Amino acid sequence: MSSENFSEIRNQFISNKMGMTGIGILAVLVSISIYSIVSVPPETFQEWNNPGSWILYPKSAVPSWVNYFSTEKISEHKILDNPSISKDSNNELFLNSHQFALNFNYDTFPNDFIYIFSTKYQNAPLVELSVLRPDGIQLDLQRTSLPFRENDSTSEQKIFSTDYQIKKNLILQSDFFQYNIKNKSSEEIIFSQTQSDMPLKGNYVFFLNVYSVDELEIVDSKLVIGGKSYGVMGTDELRRDLAIGLVWGTPLALFIGIVVSVASVVMGLLYGVYAGFRGKKTDEVMMRFNDVIYALPALPFLIILSVTISNSIFVLIGFLMIFGWVGIAKVSRSMSLQIKTRGYVEAAKTMGQTNSKIIFKHMLPQLLPYAFASIAISVPAAITTEAGLSFLGLGDPSFPTWGQILHDASTFGAAARGLWWWILPPGIMIAVTGLAFVFIGNALDAIANPKLKR
Amino acid sequence: MGIKRYIATRAITMFAVLMITLLITISLVGSNMDLILKQGVTFQVRSEISENPGIAESFASVDEFEKYVQDQIEQKISNLGLNEPWYSPQRIGITMYKILILDFGNATFLISDSGSSDVKDIILEKLPKTILLFTSATIIISLIGILLGAVSANKVGRAIDKVTSTFAIISSSFPVWWIGMLMIFVFAFTYQIFPARATPEISSSEPGYIGALLYHMALPLITIVLIGFGSWAYLVRNFMVGITQEDFIAAKKSIGISQKKIIFSHAIKNAAPPIITVLALSLSGSLGGAIITEAVFDWPGMGRLYFEAISVMDLPVIIAATYILTLFFLISILVADLLYGYFDPRVRTGT
Repeated sequence: MSSENFSEIRNQFISNKMGMTGIGILAVLVSISIYSIVSVPPETFQEWNNPGSWILYPKSAVPSWVNYFSTEKISEHKILDNPSISKDSNNELFLNSHQFALNFNYDTFPNDFIYIFSTKYQNAPLVELSVLRPDGIQLDLQRTSLPFRENDSTSEQKIFSTDYQIKKNLILQSDFFQYNIKNKSSEEIIFSQTQSDMPLKGNYVFFLNVYSVDELEIVDSKLVIGGKSYGVMGTDELRRDLAIGLVWGTPLALFIGIVVSVASVVMGLLYGVYAGFRGKKTDEVMMRFNDVIYALPALPFLIILSVTISNSIFVLIGFLMIFGWVGIAKVSRSMSLQIKTRGYVEAAKTMGQTNSKIIFKHMLPQLLPYAFASIAISVPAAITTEAGLSFLGLGDPSFPTWGQILHDASTFGAAARGLWWWILPPGIMIAVTGLAFVFIGNALDAIANPKLKR
Repeated sequence: MGIKRYIATRAITMFAVLMITLLITISLVGSNMDLILKQGVTFQVRSEISENPGIAESFASVDEFEKYVQDQIEQKISNLGLNEPWYSPQRIGITMYKILILDFGNATFLISDSGSSDVKDIILEKLPKTILLFTSATIIISLIGILLGAVSANKVGRAIDKVTSTFAIISSSFPVWWIGMLMIFVFAFTYQIFPARATPEISSSEPGYIGALLYHMALPLITIVLIGFGSWAYLVRNFMVGITQEDFIAAKKSIGISQKKIIFSHAIKNAAPPIITVLALSLSGSLGGAIITEAVFDWPGMGRLYFEAISVMDLPVIIAATYILTLFFLISILVADLLYGYFDPRVRTGT
């Protein structure tokens, strides 16, 4: 193909609105992929199926932007891990104070709260947790000493809102409240108005004071205010942040789609052109082999293969290629039969050029527009097939793909429970990715087969 | 090439393809299957012996008793022919011969609703349901598709053509099973119009069964049709547009035949061969059901049977289902080929 031919195709493509829309969507997807690879460390997505690493996240929380559209503001799940630290000491006692500011502007109570910290200490330091409410009331929540240690050793400590001691302390301070707080949970008392059991909006400050005889350091100090909404995409039943799964699904889907389609098209093209070029017995044998693969029921075989051999994503890509090249081989064979009879191919033959040279120089370039269109068109099929297999629970457990998110959604009955944020986004991502390639493919197809445009 | 020879070559090729497909299936699941079967035999022998305390008492020592049990197991294994590996030509030969005469044997784990473990019974029970759902969906899809395709081919570039093409492209990039999930979400839970599970609760012998089945079928049927007809319309439209650019259509136009008549009488006749090919292929494809779609809607057809069989590695069912699906697929390719040749005589003369 000459260079002017190429630039002509490019110009035609640029003037095609659909094709450019496809390119636009693809650009967005590629930037999401780059963003996810750069900003979400691989350790995070490898932890996708490890429930232990999602323990600080809320269960089945709606995306927090829902609050913009609803009159009742649902309390947001917050992980506060950046306290303002102050230290003090008189000669006998050291004080470490961590303060967490929380702007609470919701119409529902938090689910719970957890304070987590690690410290290296000796003896038994005193830990004191209290909260300053927007109305100026200071509530003491917990006053306890850490387990006695003789030597310096690091240990992680957690204070849960369900701790009985907190409830007891709050009941001791029930004079602040004008209603009966006995049957309320700790977080409902802390965040409630004094007159009635409605949430009190405003700025709260949680204080954590540690008094010790030796100087000590508090690290990894985190206050988790449990809420029913979280992040951009919400969380699922297993507390996973869906935004991470969705964002990481993008490069994976693009990778699967593009690798499978490029490899299948290249394989099919070479196979078909070679069969068509050689003709006679070779063609017959190659095409019968092609028929065999063509007649294999693809999805059942993919399921059998992933059950019996491996469900690794890379093996799956190989399997998808096995079934992907067949149709392209058929078409490119019949196209090469036509090209073969053209004068310049005959001429090249009589001039004694080698077969490989004729195929690569004279025949393959003629098929390039068709090849590009097929690459773009076969990407969505690869992506949906992988998603489908993952949906059946046959996906690679070490990578969060969109299909797997949907599989989990269906396992946990997301549809029945109305967890729309678990079902909608993965499917939309699959469809949008597919759409981008279909748009591009159709635009290329229109260039390759100008008849259809009219 | 004569038409008889043409049919004969095609038929022989397809038979070979069928055999190869079977061979691949058997070799993929064979080794796992042997393991499962042998464990089954061991279990069976041991439970038989433990039901009969007299046998155990008649032995003096534990070793002797164990030896007796092992002998029994080995004898049973060799009776079943399991002492030879699954890839021995003899066993594969027997398996393939049996399948050829449609003797699929008994399922290892799965049973039909009526309680039979005969693979033939299971398949005969599931196949009609898949035909009911997917074949009727395919027929509805193709009818809407041909009509809509012809209409848009008649009005290329106008609003209806653009809407059809856009809808076709957009709908084809959504996975059917995801739309299925959404449909269940919206029409089974948010608005409780249709049942979420497509398997009727009442048994097949009760009088209201047909009605219940049809009611349960509605949601999957709507979903499949909704996602399917767009691409059909697009395909038909493209075939027709391709034909309207041929010379004989231009000639008809020039002698003053109306555009409408050209499209609906001349063009559609010439677009028939490719349309029939696609129809034959999608009808046979519909027999396999869509494994994933049936899983989403819990429709008791071939697709779900296949998935269940694979997840418990029930070899006889897997092989039988693969065989039946491949058989239908090949027959439909053959029929499509022959029909194509009948409608378009040019095909027969060329290669």
